[in-house]
Amino acid sequence: MASVRLEGLRKTYPNGHVAAQGLDLEIVDGEFMVLVGPSGCGKSTALRMIAGLETPTGGRILIGERDVTALPPQDRDIAMVFQTYALYPHMTVRENLAFGLRMRGTEKGEIERRVGEASRALGLEPVLDRKPAQLSGGQRQRVALGRAIVRDPKVFLFDEPLSNLDAKLRVETRAELARLHRRLGATIVYVTHDQEEAMTLGSRVAVMRDGFLQQVAPPMDMYRHPANRFVAGFVGSPAMNFLPGDLIGGLRQGAARDAVLGVRPHDMTLVSASAGDIDALVDVVEPRGSELLVYLRLGPRGDGPEVKVVAPPETSVEAERVAGVKFDRERLHWFDRDSGERLSP
Amino acid sequence: MNGRNWWPAVALGVLVLASAFPFYWAIVGSFTPEARLFQNPSLFPTEPVLDHYRALFTARNFWLPIRNSLVVAGTTTALCVIVGSLCAYALARLQFPGKVPLLGFILAVGMFPQISVVSPLYLLLRELRLINTYPGLVLPYLTFAMPLTVWLLVGFFRQLPGELEEAAMVDGAGRLRAFWEVIVPLALPGIATTAILTFVYSWNEFLFALSFTLGPERQTVPVAIALFRGQYQIPWGQILAAAVVATAPVTLLVLAFQRRIVQGLTAGAVKG
Repeated sequence: MASVRLEGLRKTYPNGHVAAQGLDLEIVDGEFMVLVGPSGCGKSTALRMIAGLETPTGGRILIGERDVTALPPQDRDIAMVFQTYALYPHMTVRENLAFGLRMRGTEKGEIERRVGEASRALGLEPVLDRKPAQLSGGQRQRVALGRAIVRDPKVFLFDEPLSNLDAKLRVETRAELARLHRRLGATIVYVTHDQEEAMTLGSRVAVMRDGFLQQVAPPMDMYRHPANRFVAGFVGSPAMNFLPGDLIGGLRQGAARDAVLGVRPHDMTLVSASAGDIDALVDVVEPRGSELLVYLRLGPRGDGPEVKVVAPPETSVEAERVAGVKFDRERLHWFDRDSGERLSP
Repeated sequence: MNGRNWWPAVALGVLVLASAFPFYWAIVGSFTPEARLFQNPSLFPTEPVLDHYRALFTARNFWLPIRNSLVVAGTTTALCVIVGSLCAYALARLQFPGKVPLLGFILAVGMFPQISVVSPLYLLLRELRLINTYPGLVLPYLTFAMPLTVWLLVGFFRQLPGELEEAAMVDGAGRLRAFWEVIVPLALPGIATTAILTFVYSWNEFLFALSFTLGPERQTVPVAIALFRGQYQIPWGQILAAAVVATAPVTLLVLAFQRRIVQGLTAGAVKG
């Protein structure tokens, strides 16, 4: 295993699209680093540059202490799991698993031993002699994983590996990935557009937007102290509410007029009318089993901005009624109105 | 079959008859004695004789043009597939300015009327001392067969997802190794189709073969057949027998691989 360091990594495509604008990122040995962001933010390009599938237009990539910027993929000692799995259709599962070892001239007995080990660990033994077309989606996913594991590489790269699975399988595989990381102690760089996946899997999460890193932090730190408005809105579900800073008096010392107030739906409580910080008109109530998601429009007549509040399931709340909304003073986020940067605390 | 749909079957039947009859007639004629060919020819072979075939392989040594054709068509095909597939792979995968015009140019080269290049090619080959040699035929054939190969294969390689060879490269294969281990096996139907088409083209080619050979020692099958005519008579029986011998292997080849060929030619048309 090894660390990965990106130093001022830049990528500008010939058509002028800038996918990475000077990325500086240190991924320590054994870390599960998740790159997350909306589509087109440059996360996949960053991963492909680490893999050697794209050539950076500036900056350096170090794996361990070795500068690999100019090395082709086969000399970087990395393994990658692709979104489409990219299994070799003409080879059996066994051959797929053995391919990487064969390419590196591993001795036959050793190949057999390692393929056996990986297929046992992933429950692939019964399908070793099948071709990928005869496998289910989940099995294909595990073969792709196995192909990476048998190689025992310095770094694992994952490019949205769960996005082709159905919801149930995705959650299961997510847990399996976390277990795998713990067992192997591997350095993993994982790309996803799904913030929930990022939060649940990452030792640290790096949020990207338009080729820039927005924030790199452990998931809970990021959730509690988002560095700017973009991160605050991206991380957490349902998404954070943003309100004009001076909408409700007395919440902030200092110039609230130049600030945007961010409140998570979980950090507000519904109380009876005029018992909270502000009254609001209930618009829609969505029961979600363990909780209610309530859409409200602020102001007693409902002419203010919309907010979402998560309430306990036993809360009595009805559409078209007026309710009070109480803010958790400890969990308010303030952002600069123009730059979107976080204002302390 | 119901009443409304009889006419496509009839049309098809007429078409098949029209294209298959000459070959059928060649087969029948090749077994008919020379004297009967022009007096009262029968649509069905009565008293078939092997005279023409015997004469073909004893008096005429028809093995020699067959061998020449095999060498020339085989070499052309092998070179086309090897060089053409590498070229097509590059064209299918690399992004570079001027790619579309280049593809257009390659197609244009393949469309060139042969007759217009015979004279300059002759002069060129004479300078290179390649007249009446195998390379003297293979090289000109490449100019026409290669564009066909490249075009067909570009279509084939484009169908294959790029992630496959990326996966192979990450797995430790170099580009060529990834091409050989992953792309070639997957594109095999396309490569086989291309090979057969190239082989058939080179096997049938006449104009270059006639222009760039001098004597029987390098003449290919079509040229040899054309030069069968004697000073006073045309040995039709032998010509028909030779035509059968020349056509049979190609026909068998295409019949054996016809499903693959249709797949190959329509690749990318439906699902791509």
